[in-house]
Amino acid sequence: MDDVLLDIKNLSICYSTEDGEVHALNNADLTLHRGESLGLVGETGAGKTTLARGVMRLIPNPPGKVVGGEIFYDGRDLLKLSEADMRRIRGREISMIFQDPMTSLNPVMTVGDQILEVINVHHPDLPRHEARKKAEEMMEMVGITSSRYEDYPHQFSGGMKQRVVIAIALACSPKMLIADEPTTALDVTIQAQVLEMIRDLKEKNNTSMLLITHDLGVVAQNCDRVAIIYSGEIVEYGTLHQIYKETLHPYTEGLFGSIPNLTSNIKRLAAIDGMMPDPTALPAGCKFADRCKYATDRCRTEHPRLLEREDGHKVRCIRYESSGEVTENG
Amino acid sequence: MNKKTDTPAAGKKQRSLWQEAWRRFKKNKIAMVGLVFLLILIVIAISTQVIDLATHNQFYLSHVVKQNLKDRLQPPSAAHPFGLDEFGRDMLLRMLWGVRYSLFMGTLAIVVSCIIGGVLGAISGYYGKQIDNVIMRFMDILLAIPSMLLAIAIVAAFGTSLTNVLLAIAISYIPTFARTVRASVLTVKDQEFIEAARAIGCNDATIILQYILPNAMAPIIVQGTLGIAGAILSIAGLSFLGLGIQPPTPEWGAMLSNARTYIRDAWHVTVIPGLGIMLTILALNLMGDGLRDALDPRLKN
Amino acid sequence: MHKYIIKRLLMLIPVIIGVTFIVFFILNLSPGDPAAMILGDQATAEALAMKREELGLNDPMLVRYAHYMGGLLHGDMGVSYKNSISVWGQVVDRFPNTAILAVAAILVALLIGIPTGIISAKKQYSAMDNISMVLALIGVSMPVFWLGLLMVILFALKLGWLPSQGMGVGLGPMLKSLILPAITLGTSSAAVITRMTRSSMLEVIRQDYISTARAKGVDERTVTYRHMLKNALIPIITAVGLQFSHLLGGAMLTETVFSWPGLGRLMVDSIKSKDIPMVLGCVIFLAVMFTVVNLIVDIIYAFVDPRIKSLYRRGK
Repeated sequence: MDDVLLDIKNLSICYSTEDGEVHALNNADLTLHRGESLGLVGETGAGKTTLARGVMRLIPNPPGKVVGGEIFYDGRDLLKLSEADMRRIRGREISMIFQDPMTSLNPVMTVGDQILEVINVHHPDLPRHEARKKAEEMMEMVGITSSRYEDYPHQFSGGMKQRVVIAIALACSPKMLIADEPTTALDVTIQAQVLEMIRDLKEKNNTSMLLITHDLGVVAQNCDRVAIIYSGEIVEYGTLHQIYKETLHPYTEGLFGSIPNLTSNIKRLAAIDGMMPDPTALPAGCKFADRCKYATDRCRTEHPRLLEREDGHKVRCIRYESSGEVTENG
Repeated sequence: MNKKTDTPAAGKKQRSLWQEAWRRFKKNKIAMVGLVFLLILIVIAISTQVIDLATHNQFYLSHVVKQNLKDRLQPPSAAHPFGLDEFGRDMLLRMLWGVRYSLFMGTLAIVVSCIIGGVLGAISGYYGKQIDNVIMRFMDILLAIPSMLLAIAIVAAFGTSLTNVLLAIAISYIPTFARTVRASVLTVKDQEFIEAARAIGCNDATIILQYILPNAMAPIIVQGTLGIAGAILSIAGLSFLGLGIQPPTPEWGAMLSNARTYIRDAWHVTVIPGLGIMLTILALNLMGDGLRDALDPRLKN
Repeated sequence: MHKYIIKRLLMLIPVIIGVTFIVFFILNLSPGDPAAMILGDQATAEALAMKREELGLNDPMLVRYAHYMGGLLHGDMGVSYKNSISVWGQVVDRFPNTAILAVAAILVALLIGIPTGIISAKKQYSAMDNISMVLALIGVSMPVFWLGLLMVILFALKLGWLPSQGMGVGLGPMLKSLILPAITLGTSSAAVITRMTRSSMLEVIRQDYISTARAKGVDERTVTYRHMLKNALIPIITAVGLQFSHLLGGAMLTETVFSWPGLGRLMVDSIKSKDIPMVLGCVIFLAVMFTVVNLIVDIIYAFVDPRIKSLYRRGK
């Protein structure tokens, strides 16, 4: 298992709100291999961002709280680290790109200084001019001329801001990058550019990536493995090929049904009927049961486990439990 | 943090908006305490007024104003829970009779400035262009004079009287209301339901009164409540300086002004009127904060 | 940056003209006859007429205003009705005392308000937050003159620690006599600034760029000051600027309570003796000072908010 960089086990995260406990993430298991890209796919509110913030230990507390589980990074449980040790990991070992570039840069700091800051934090001994040179190099690397070092975020477009955010994330050559819907807020044409840049830089540095998205097309182009998340649970996990060609979970099936396909001649896209269950009152059985066309009575009472098949393909569905295949996982 | 789009003045929707606000307000215990305290003050103010009318001021003259020098500055006792003041008058009665000055004058000053400021703000926002420019520049200048200085100037010029104090406070709050209303008008002015109203032939006055003003009510109410608190403080302050309401009227600020002289001998004549002012202002502030949270949940932290 | 400051300075001129005109206008509506006030009851009709002519009271209002403003530019605000001394001299003599009081009060307010607001916001809904919010609410609701009297009762009369009246001579005694008035005047501003700092910090605290900063591995102290506070500062500065208006009003009350020899007391005394030129001089002087303070606040804005700064940087 030496090629495993990040191993999340049974991670559960709750938010307390006026309306009750929100179970945002429930016993999530996820494995990210070195040098690989893992796509985390799910609809809004499925717990994707919570999982990402959980790994960074940036769940706002209160109201959020990690209620259980382990996050092994390079063999160490991040949840057991001191805050000071965790700070040494953030930005240097694991970096994160947030969803909305319009709001993820500090409006009262020059973009150059914001890149410089992460370099200074992790390389405090680096002389001033060298740190600054490094920051300027990073700007050039993401395609921004370093003469804009002294400019403020409001002077940049959305795509340019996201480049700055990427420069910040990669400035200390982290081993792992978490990209939380890095292109959702951008124009379609800019999306492709930004994704291509992330891919190039990642390849150059052999960075592993956790790419969060609700766009299966983006995953197909960028990822080696895919995890499907639904209502705070991982429902399917496997290689790109397994997920796309040997789809197991009904929810994943439904997701593919809602993508337009140029080659087949379908009049109408199939949407998945219904809504995700209320995270303050999760059903006892399978959380997808209410929307699932294969659902039986057993689905509503029995909570399916995440089962791993021989080829490493994991799925959380009762239909595959009966076949009694291999190890269980949670 | 549920984003709520402002619903236009359509009757039914509007009512449910207010009901919704009241429901939120009721949940806010601290704000309710403020409201209850204010209701008690209003009852006191009305009762004292009724007593004065019923007794043709006889009770007022014989109990609230009449001096009784042999018992002056008596500390609180069973017979006189708040003690006696420097002229031997019962402090409790004077405090009760003083409620109406603070409350009614503060409210009146704010109502006056709200009407004037509101009209100016509505005209300014609705017609825009030159009119807007002239009115708002004038408001800026008025705002550039600290309210207490403006009040001092007015009182200095026209003398110390109830009306002048009221006028001074009212004028100094006009810009606040003009700005609030103007901002509300600007946000709704170009929305479709205004154009629809125009299309069915409503005139400007109808549009402003029926469609635009209801949308400005929430900020006006909040500003008004907090404004009354400020106005009461200013009135009490002016009276304390001897530039407002004059003794023997039992206005709290004026009572404090007199009490100063006896600060060494009798703390109660200083502490009690000030406490009255503070609790009133506190209640208004609590209610103002509660109203703001209830009427505009987006602003709540 | 210079361009911005020059622009703001130019914008100051119409405001000052407007403010002074309003004040001049109001005080000239005063029904009393200044000539009679100066000469007293026994003056003859001719003497009064001569005095009126001398004072320029027969000119139209605008002419008198222009005349007054012309004088003002040369440091001439006329003479007191009461004792014929120069108004300008009196105002300039008293103003530093008010300025000392106001600056000390603002310092008290900032030193209490900003740290308390930051802690409250960072520990929202904690006991500390609840207590400071209750105290802030009481502070906002406290009449300044009453607070002053309570201070006098406690610290001057009961405990005897500090003087309750007047301004000490020499730096040490002066500072000692400044403590109570400065705390009295600064308390309500401290409360307002605490509330503003808290709500402004809470706006910022959940922003994405704070997460970005934390994700960089920046320590909490730096996140709080470099990232949160710097962004929260703009509304705080506005609140501080607005406080000066309250401070001027409060200064009159505080000066009265503590017999502090500032402009406020001079003004109150002059109103009581119907000395209109003196009142006019004080009000105009304070109003102009207030607009200047607002200008300074606006300029500080520009330094904090890059949106304004970068707009003017190229035109250095």
